[in-house]
Amino acid sequence: MSELNIVNLSKRFDNTAVFENINLSVREKEFLVLLGPSGCGKSTLLNIIAGLESPTSGRIEIDGKDVIGLEPKDRGLSMVFQSYALYPTMTVRGNMSFGLQVAGLKRSEIERKVEKAATMLHLTELLDRKPSQLSGGQRQRAAIGRALVRDVSLFLFDEPLSNLDAKLRSQMRGEIRRLHDTLGVTSIYVTHDQVEAMTMASSIVVLKGGVIQQHAEPQTLYDEPENLFVAGFIGASPMNILKGRIAIEAGRPVAACTGFQVDLSRYRFKAPPVAGQEIALGVRPENVCFGEAGGTSNTGVMARIDYVEPLGADTLVWTKVGDEAMSLRVDPREARLDRQTVPLHFDLDRLSVFSRETERRL
Amino acid sequence: MNSKIIGRIGIYAFLAVSTAFFLIPVYIMVTTSLKGMPEIREGNIFALPLDPNFSAWFKAWSSACIGMACDGIRGGFGNSLKIMVPSVILSVALSSLNGYALALWNVRRAELMLGLLMAGAFIPYQVLLYPLVIMTRTLGIYGTLPGIIAIHVLFGLPVLTLIFRNFYASLPTEIMKAARVDGAGFMQIYWRIMLPMSPSILVVAVILQVTGIWNDYLLGLIFAGRDNLPMTAQLNNLVNSTFGEKEYNVNMAATILTAATPLLVYLASGRYFVRGITSGAVKG
Amino acid sequence: MLSFRAKLPALVTITLTTVAAIGIMLVAISWTGVISFTKTQLIPRYEFVGFTQYVRLFDTERFHVAFSNLFIYGGCFISITLAFGFLLAIMIDQRIRAESLFRTIFLYPLSMSFIVTGLAWQWFMNPTLGLQKFVRDLGFADFSFDWLINPDKAIYAIVIAAVWQSSGLVMAILLAGLRGIDRDIWKATAIDGIPAWRTYLSIVLPMLRPMVMTCVVLLAMAVVKAYDLVVALTRGGPGNASDLPAKFVIDLTFERANIGMASAAAVMLLMTTIAVVAPYVAYSFHKLRR
Repeated sequence: MSELNIVNLSKRFDNTAVFENINLSVREKEFLVLLGPSGCGKSTLLNIIAGLESPTSGRIEIDGKDVIGLEPKDRGLSMVFQSYALYPTMTVRGNMSFGLQVAGLKRSEIERKVEKAATMLHLTELLDRKPSQLSGGQRQRAAIGRALVRDVSLFLFDEPLSNLDAKLRSQMRGEIRRLHDTLGVTSIYVTHDQVEAMTMASSIVVLKGGVIQQHAEPQTLYDEPENLFVAGFIGASPMNILKGRIAIEAGRPVAACTGFQVDLSRYRFKAPPVAGQEIALGVRPENVCFGEAGGTSNTGVMARIDYVEPLGADTLVWTKVGDEAMSLRVDPREARLDRQTVPLHFDLDRLSVFSRETERRL
Repeated sequence: MNSKIIGRIGIYAFLAVSTAFFLIPVYIMVTTSLKGMPEIREGNIFALPLDPNFSAWFKAWSSACIGMACDGIRGGFGNSLKIMVPSVILSVALSSLNGYALALWNVRRAELMLGLLMAGAFIPYQVLLYPLVIMTRTLGIYGTLPGIIAIHVLFGLPVLTLIFRNFYASLPTEIMKAARVDGAGFMQIYWRIMLPMSPSILVVAVILQVTGIWNDYLLGLIFAGRDNLPMTAQLNNLVNSTFGEKEYNVNMAATILTAATPLLVYLASGRYFVRGITSGAVKG
Repeated sequence: MLSFRAKLPALVTITLTTVAAIGIMLVAISWTGVISFTKTQLIPRYEFVGFTQYVRLFDTERFHVAFSNLFIYGGCFISITLAFGFLLAIMIDQRIRAESLFRTIFLYPLSMSFIVTGLAWQWFMNPTLGLQKFVRDLGFADFSFDWLINPDKAIYAIVIAAVWQSSGLVMAILLAGLRGIDRDIWKATAIDGIPAWRTYLSIVLPMLRPMVMTCVVLLAMAVVKAYDLVVALTRGGPGNASDLPAKFVIDLTFERANIGMASAAAVMLLMTTIAVVAPYVAYSFHKLRR
């Protein structure tokens, strides 16, 4: 159950930097998800941690020991791949035991380890099949089995579920998470799927263009995105963003937008707000409701209903506020499509405010 | 890190030795052909020519004696061209049409025919030669240009048909359906739709046939007749004739001249050449 | 559904090409088979004599030399070419510089006629003026490289030339196979701590089995058909020491006018071919149908 520290890690190909000066700590037993769009450097980072690629500079410490220069097999980790990378000419048993054989373990011990891992993954019946005789989910379990038989304290997952269909994916999410809870092995999991990240992670690192955008627990990431990119990337339907500027009215900060104002007095600014600053106001679809709010908290938000997306459990109503799109997640019974102009109000405890200049949270 | 460098050195050392092995024949062919006979007899085979000159090349081309005739191998060059050009055109044309018909026209027993064609590509010539001699003789084309051309077309057909068939079978079936809906017939679809889609596979087939037919020795020797002997046959007669003093420089010049055509085709077409020699059996 | 009328041109095409070619080949094979049971010497004489020609064939010393050479030559040539070609493919696959130059060099012999290959190597191995003289001139007076005129070694001289000609083919086919292997497999073996040689032997080679099979069949066909190379390099000599069945059949047919026995030998050659390639043809035919 390792602890991992990444210090000032940089990687460049020729003259283009994949990332520069990455610093990251993974605590013992943590399930850390590296999340980002393709090309953000997350897979390269994982390969460097595994020792499959070497960094240009920086340190990687596993349990306080610098592992740069160590062969992958000597780093005490194992890895599960997107394409499973099962050895196609070997049975599941062969796949799981081959590495142990090469390492020179005793036959009986190999047997025992394989049986144990197979039981844990419900693979016992499939041990003598070849990968080509398995379904996608079974292959992925076999690949996890191969990682499991090595007594390691760090698991690396490289988009392991992206070749599976939606239903199997959600099932495997549960299985991997359960496995982690049982074994408690520190895990680093790379994905571009924010649902996977939200559902599995104990903490998430959002990467973009080789830069860590935010490192936080899933709920924090959702509720308090550090910048506009994270706000847009996390969440099944992205956060609504409205343009405005800060105004101070009667000593209270408000967001002055085209045609309406939103009270920001309950928003926890990191620094005292400055009147006139250009901002982007972020609000999640579930924090917008039909109807006028009581009092003067936010006034005059008028929206024209555009179209609706029924999702079953709830319904997404798309509207236009001025010329900006705004979605509401509402109970299906409240959904309406009458192309009328209706008043809206926001949950003032759940707003996000970003600087339009730096795109960072204020 | 150190072991990695040693590994790289090992790789390049292996590649260098292999390269030498592959280049030895060309090296000694070229150097020998540029030397005079005394220099060949006294010097060593790897030495560079002291006074490089092309006289052996001219002799090989136009005045070396093959049997009684002393016209060099230029006649063989002409014969090989006369055999190759019609053979290539005919075999490629017939095979592409044939492959297209087999792939896209739902002909009954197409699979059986493909299996037999595949088997045909593997039959050793020796089993067929004597009956083919009798057949061509009966037709009156044994020992003539049309005879050797017919034989090349026959032996080229199986592999080429398989290459074309696999190519056309890999096209989306919707193309065929759309053309049928548009009311096009067999030849129209071939000319207007399929052929314009096939330049790459045509190049592969042509290169395969050009090199294959140019390099043929046995079929030319048997079926072409004495007046049409291809260059390879004349080359072998020149070099392996038992009488007279051996002129190694002339021999090597003649060998290079014979190898030049397919070698140039290969150098000009690399990738297509490789596709041709592997696709016949790999995809089959 | 295609109507017969619409299909007619396709049927005509196939009849004139495929069916005709297959027909001619089947007739020719059967004909050879029939002749092998007759007394035919120079011209066909359909007087059936049972297995007499086969008995005569098996009593012929040269036939035994040719067929045992077939297995010596085939065994050496196929195993060396496969091993060498695979090594070349592995080396080329190590992200080397000037890769395409190396590929071009390793493949160019394939574009050459066997006659050219044979003559070039004949010159190189020439005992009086070739490699032997070169090494002796360097001061190694006892050095001997006389394979072309040594009855025990001549067949191996052919192996060298044939390996030179065909290794590039194996390299090209297996390199394509290597390039098709999922890169995650390599990562997985690195994580599992499997040494490179072990990975190639236990994981990569089994994955390349279909391509290796293809190579074996292509090389085996080259062995069965080997005629030109023998003619150019050794002319089957010294004596008949480097004779091969393909040459034996041709000589018997066209030089010795012993066509009955030549046909029997051709049938034996066909049987050998069938034994080698039938499983492969059946396998790829099976794949074609799916």
